[in-house]
Amino acid sequence: MSTPLSSSVYSQLVGLFTGVLLLSSVLIVWRRSLTAQIRLLALQGLALAALVTVLAISETSAELLAVSGLVLVLKAIVLPGVLWRAVASDRVPREETPLINTTTALIALSLLTMLAFLVSRPLVALGSGPAIAAVPVGVALVLFGFLVLATRRHAVSQLIGFLVLDNGVAAVAFLTAGGVPLVVELGVSLDVLLVVLILQVLTSRIRTEYGDADLADLTELRD
Amino acid sequence: MNAAAAVLAICQVVVLVVLSPLLVGLMRQVRARLEGRVGAGIGQPWRDLRKLLAKEPLQADGTSWLSVAAPVVLLVSSLLVCALMPLLGTVTFTRLPDDLFVVVSVLLLGTVAVALLGLDAGTAFGGMGSSRHMTIAALVEPTVLVSVYALSIPVGSSVLSRIVEARLQDPARIAAPASLLALLALTVAVVAETGRLPVDNPATHLELTMVHEAMVLESSGRDLAWLELGSWLRLGALLGLLSSLLVPWGIATHVSVAALLVATVALTVKLAAVGALLAAVEVSLAKVRLFRVPELLAGSFVLAFLAVTASYLVVQV
Repeated sequence: MSTPLSSSVYSQLVGLFTGVLLLSSVLIVWRRSLTAQIRLLALQGLALAALVTVLAISETSAELLAVSGLVLVLKAIVLPGVLWRAVASDRVPREETPLINTTTALIALSLLTMLAFLVSRPLVALGSGPAIAAVPVGVALVLFGFLVLATRRHAVSQLIGFLVLDNGVAAVAFLTAGGVPLVVELGVSLDVLLVVLILQVLTSRIRTEYGDADLADLTELRD
Repeated sequence: MNAAAAVLAICQVVVLVVLSPLLVGLMRQVRARLEGRVGAGIGQPWRDLRKLLAKEPLQADGTSWLSVAAPVVLLVSSLLVCALMPLLGTVTFTRLPDDLFVVVSVLLLGTVAVALLGLDAGTAFGGMGSSRHMTIAALVEPTVLVSVYALSIPVGSSVLSRIVEARLQDPARIAAPASLLALLALTVAVVAETGRLPVDNPATHLELTMVHEAMVLESSGRDLAWLELGSWLRLGALLGLLSSLLVPWGIATHVSVAALLVATVALTVKLAAVGALLAAVEVSLAKVRLFRVPELLAGSFVLAFLAVTASYLVVQV
């Protein structure tokens, strides 16, 4: 295989960017302030785009390079930007109290990481190479996303959890199969963008109705 | 091997005893300048030590032999840590290498001595400080062990000197994600262990927040001097370990006069840089509430844990 990257540099770069993916999602759970979480989400999108670029260069695939550009624009700039606008118009304090305290959540993260490594063993056994070995990180991201979705009450935090989950799914797809066809990628990206836009509108409606975007308030049916 | 290791250990102890008070002085001075104060100069901790050493220690009524023994135990354990750690060189005793578990247990010996000292006088502040100190220590130990364990996986040895040597030979290891995560976790642990901001503020005697100061409140004279020097030595040794792991260049792999001189200069520069950086970061930090300290330490534990999983990831490839 003639690749422009030497195998050690390739494995280092894959390790570095998957490391940033994992670290940023841990920090998202750690930090309380929404603005910090959104910044970390943008960092995560950046790391994902860089990971796809590394994969594209190692496989010398122009299509994958185009996808990496798409990932960069969507996940590192547009989606965090949309969330940023949702938070910027918020006048209430941007700190939130999750359902479980941060210490417990962080311990849960380490357990989830172990779980991710255990459940993705059949996947890792399928091939060799740094990209396949990093698949558990993608699975861990999916699990972290679910954790954030399940334990946060603020609507924007839940969106962040959803996007972490989506980043995890995308990371697994890129690491195992070198990405999905461009058309499918475009479709999925558009889907995610629409979901986030709709949820952002919904969030601002909730806020104008209740003065806050805390989903715990949505316990009664109203006409 | 053993003679060379003994020479190295003695050199490390001497250099650290000289440098640690200066390091504390430098950190205080950097803080003072950044806060717009003139500061007392970097020699002030040395002048304090000289003053305290000339004074007679007074014991409170009802204290036991612990009040006399604990400062000495802390000082001896700190000196032992300085002798063992790879600060100037990586030559080790054949029978007593600077194994991770040896170093951590020696550190704990000093921690427990200070905690007992705080309890001994039976005052409210001392007990409060000891209880907080032990809580933090119990939360820090797993992080230290797990993060150094993560660093030891690629090397295949838990001896700190071997880890530093391996990093010196293969600098690409330092930038590996597992190593960076582990170093980050270790930094948080060291900051908590040495009682710096944001876990403990070494500059206040505010009764509700102090941890270390509360325990040494009853000590005076020579005893206080030993306690202060012991805790400064711990700070110097742990920051020295961090800088050896992060920038291993300049450390001596064999014992000769030239190598030791280069290593001493390198250590001085590294300690000054790390200390100044830490002090500069501290200016912008507020002390976190005691109830949020477990959160911080759990975070650093998770980072260390991720570092371990990531090292296995790299080992598999």
